[in-house]
Amino acid sequence: MATTTELEISPPVGDHRRRPPSRLRQKLGRFDVKASPYIYISPFFILFAITGLFPLLYTAYVSVSKWNLLTGRHGSAGFANYVAVLHQPFFWKAMRNTVSIFLLSSVPQIILALVIAAVLNANLRAKTFWRMGVLVPYVVAPVAVGLIFGQMFADQSGMVNALLVKFGMNPIAWHAQVLPAHIAIATMVNYRWLGYNTLVVLAAMQAIPNDVFEAAIIDGASRVRQFFSVTIPMIRPTLLFVIITSTIGGLQIFDEPTMFDQQNGALTAGGADGQFVTVTMYLYQLGWGSQNNLGRSAAVAWLLFLVILIISLINYGLTQRIASEGGPARGRKRRKKVSA
Amino acid sequence: MSAPSIPVIRQSAGAGAARAAARRNAQKGAGADRRPGWITYGILTVVLLIAIYPMYYAFLIASSTKEDVARHPIPSLIPGSHLWENMVKVVTSDIGFWAALRNSLIVSGVAAISVVLFSTLAGYAFAKLRFRGRGPLLVFVIATTAIPTQLGVVPLFLVMKQLHLIGKLPAVILPGLVTAFGVFWMTQYLESALPYELIEAARVDGASMIRTFWSIALPAARPAATMLGLFAFVANWTNYFWPLVVLGAVPGKTTLPVALKMLQAHYYADYSQVMAGVFVSVLPLLLLFIVAGRQLVSGIMQGAVKG
Repeated sequence: MATTTELEISPPVGDHRRRPPSRLRQKLGRFDVKASPYIYISPFFILFAITGLFPLLYTAYVSVSKWNLLTGRHGSAGFANYVAVLHQPFFWKAMRNTVSIFLLSSVPQIILALVIAAVLNANLRAKTFWRMGVLVPYVVAPVAVGLIFGQMFADQSGMVNALLVKFGMNPIAWHAQVLPAHIAIATMVNYRWLGYNTLVVLAAMQAIPNDVFEAAIIDGASRVRQFFSVTIPMIRPTLLFVIITSTIGGLQIFDEPTMFDQQNGALTAGGADGQFVTVTMYLYQLGWGSQNNLGRSAAVAWLLFLVILIISLINYGLTQRIASEGGPARGRKRRKKVSA
Repeated sequence: MSAPSIPVIRQSAGAGAARAAARRNAQKGAGADRRPGWITYGILTVVLLIAIYPMYYAFLIASSTKEDVARHPIPSLIPGSHLWENMVKVVTSDIGFWAALRNSLIVSGVAAISVVLFSTLAGYAFAKLRFRGRGPLLVFVIATTAIPTQLGVVPLFLVMKQLHLIGKLPAVILPGLVTAFGVFWMTQYLESALPYELIEAARVDGASMIRTFWSIALPAARPAATMLGLFAFVANWTNYFWPLVVLGAVPGKTTLPVALKMLQAHYYADYSQVMAGVFVSVLPLLLLFIVAGRQLVSGIMQGAVKG
């Protein structure tokens, strides 16, 4: 592999460069080949270790320490931080809100993404135009989305309430009540991420080989039947991907509920009675709010990590079941086709 | 408008899109997929209007006065005449708008360039070079794409404190310099888009390893690198939590999303001004979307099939 004849990269050592440099160059060349891959991957691993992996693992250590934002570590705390946090009604309120907002945003979103993707999967004119259209909200920052929808859902003189009154219904206290607040916040999340997930699902739909559908059509499957018995089982890995990413993102929700709070001052109170405070908002409050208690903040982070892990595993189990329900159906079809 | 040919798609949107296009053409030939009826377009038009309306709503409120907003909760579809006035108020208010805009541009720009460079370097090594530990390390990268690193926020803050970076821009930039997703993405792309023959030819010609990367791998990676850069830019531009933690709501020292929150906190009674702020902050990314939205679309769709 190592060639020694070209001049370009030889070290400029005057007239002696004929023989000795060639050996040096061979060595250098071998070193180049051996070391380069490691040098190329090292920026990622070094930076990721410092800013990603180490902080995540070190969270466990901070969570069992007495640690103040301003004055630093004051010895071990054992599991006192966890005990204290788990005894706070506010923590459980935050957990309830987070899971509720997560369900309200992810379940309708995945269903709608499936439907819109199915519509986009037709042989459309100006495909790219429609695809870009559904993606527009993705470039709007959650903070901006939060401000826009916060105004639309304003309790007084908000557009949504004005529309409700116009159609003869009672206005809803979107900010003051628990479930309406969750619905409003989930709407923001759905708005920003629906288009993105639609395109992910659409891509998976387009990757389904045509003969699978042909087999279904020969078997006399209706459009709806094709969708449930062919399309959904075939895109299962992508659905799992969408569900897991929306679990990881959704349970860490912070921006939208923070912006939904129009009260001056208290940044992350999550409403007068904490009716839409989330776990990440609580985490921020503990660490950077009035308490400056980084130990407890880290304990909350670690607890949330566990919850994300558990819900991801549940999701994994659920999507596996979709597979086992879809699998035999496909098997039947193939057999039928062969016998026909 | 005629459909671009498949080699053109391969050039502009990558091999995956080209394969998809080839498949679509095959479908057309088989007559399996006829043009859909008006109901389909009707549904899509409604979806499109819902996607666009909230931004138009912000624009409508931003162009009216706070009295108008109070009087007409459902804004008329014709914009008012106070947009410029409200925008001037926002950019000259005490939230430090210009500094926030500059900071956001620096953070997002540096992060995008860095993510592209380091991801392409690592992706090239994983896809095309042989070295001990390659398999396990790649598995590690893929596994870390699913880790919620935002939960390491407390120690990350402590790291920045140790480095005396609290309140300074590098503290925001540092965690955004690399992403596991980026490395995985470039590995996937280069595996299929960069033939070994090209690398070998460059090596036989005597190019050093880094020279080979620079003049062979980097140009080949361009379509995927563009998409990756766009995603990194958008992700950093819209990020709120980490800049808030590490920079705080300090006028002139923070990024646009945090400045927007300050705008809300200071002027929450005057919503036309808050919406003017929203409008001004959304505008740069909307322009980016008009120019590069096509790449974002194909980026998302390619990532989905491979990921």
